[in-house]
Amino acid sequence: MSKPLFFPGHTACAGCGQSLAARLVIEAAGPNTIVVNNTGCLEVFSTYYPLTAWGVPFVHSLFENAAAVASGVEAALTYLGKKDKVNVIAQGGDGGTADIGLQALSGMWERGHDVLYVCYDNEAYMNTGVQRSGLTPFNSDTTTSPVGTQSMGNLRPKKPMPEIAVAHAISYVATASVGFLQDLQRKIKKAFSLKGPKYIQVHAPCPLGWRHEPRQTIEVGRLAVETGLYPLIEYEFGKLTGVRKIQPKPVEEYLRLQGRFRHLLNNPQAIKQIQEIADNNIDRYGLKIQL
Amino acid sequence: MFGPLISKPGTSKNNKTGSWRIEARPKFLQKNCIACRLCILSCPEGCISGEEKNTFICDYDYCKGCGICVEVCPKKDIEMVKEDLDLTKV
Ligand SMILES: Cc1ncc(C[n+]2csc(CCOP(=O)(O)OP(=O)(O)O)c2C)c(N)n1
Ligand code: SF4
Ligand code: SF4
Ligand SMILES: [Mg+2]
Repeated sequence: MSKPLFFPGHTACAGCGQSLAARLVIEAAGPNTIVVNNTGCLEVFSTYYPLTAWGVPFVHSLFENAAAVASGVEAALTYLGKKDKVNVIAQGGDGGTADIGLQALSGMWERGHDVLYVCYDNEAYMNTGVQRSGLTPFNSDTTTSPVGTQSMGNLRPKKPMPEIAVAHAISYVATASVGFLQDLQRKIKKAFSLKGPKYIQVHAPCPLGWRHEPRQTIEVGRLAVETGLYPLIEYEFGKLTGVRKIQPKPVEEYLRLQGRFRHLLNNPQAIKQIQEIADNNIDRYGLKIQL
Repeated sequence: MFGPLISKPGTSKNNKTGSWRIEARPKFLQKNCIACRLCILSCPEGCISGEEKNTFICDYDYCKGCGICVEVCPKKDIEMVKEDLDLTKV
């Protein structure tokens, strides 16, 4: 075994999808990598000061500016003539990426920095207690979109971050999932084979916020993909180049494992609304295997 | 220079998260293992090691008992057993 790049002893919850994804991302990127991390669960559980789980240089930025700090790191490496030997990753949660960090990220893409941005999408602000974010799915129960007599949960659909990234004409955009770990590692390697800004959004189940059993983390991730609710897609230079085909399963199989969707069960109309989201994705990206 | 800085890599190893397990731990049966390495790939703690068939084992100093390795093993060669406090000294 080569030397670990992400060590045990971190303080993520048992079964945390984000901790698993982060280890595989850095293993795929390799030891010559500098990581810049937004504030959020990943930064908190991996740098339990004065301890660190990282085996590579790691910078904790603020909540909103990993992309700006990583841009500076990349510019410095370029100035020193070292950029060809070092990978730069900026990473953070869905809140740090799609909401408060979007301005810094858009700037990084626009200026064309040779940085891979990884968004760990656990679909809410988990580290501060499960508040909704722009990537929280429709009708999900969170502490700021609570279910009650007048509410079915989060009012809005997920912000289309992959499309927003593609609109910046960057070299590589992909979605990945903790349900498909080898695919995640292949996409990280693919990203580093291309120059310029890259964006990978990893669906990362959170047993605490999604209220599923810790042992089900990978199964929940797989079902999100296999129902069509989280399509795995790849764009190179603006063109759709890869789609993981599925034999679509009913969305109920995904919903029923998670407490955040429990209020939708036994409500055919509510399940139909979620099924429509999946069906739209299946149509739009041609996800269905043609037999 | 600004701080705080941490200069040594991987010092989280001083934090023995194995103490978090309260109910159950994985037991590596080492009988029908085909060395597919899926458990190594899937452990959020990165605390499983092994090379040859039937040699895979986790480090109970760090294992949080999540049960993911049990779920992914295609040969059902890992099972959850009741936590035995004596065994934590293995
Ligand atoms: C400017 C600022 N506002 C608020 C916070 C508090 N804060 C820390 S982590 C966090 C939530 C992070 O959510 P996300 O980015 O989705 O990552 P997760 O914890 O879910 O992995 C918040 C709101 C902060 N650190 N800085
Ligand atoms: S709250 Fe969720 S994302 Fe945060 S450490 Fe726990 S499982 Fe991981
Ligand atoms: S139970 Fe979880 S933490 Fe323990 S070895 Fe298995 S996957 Fe790793
Ligand atoms: Mg989040």
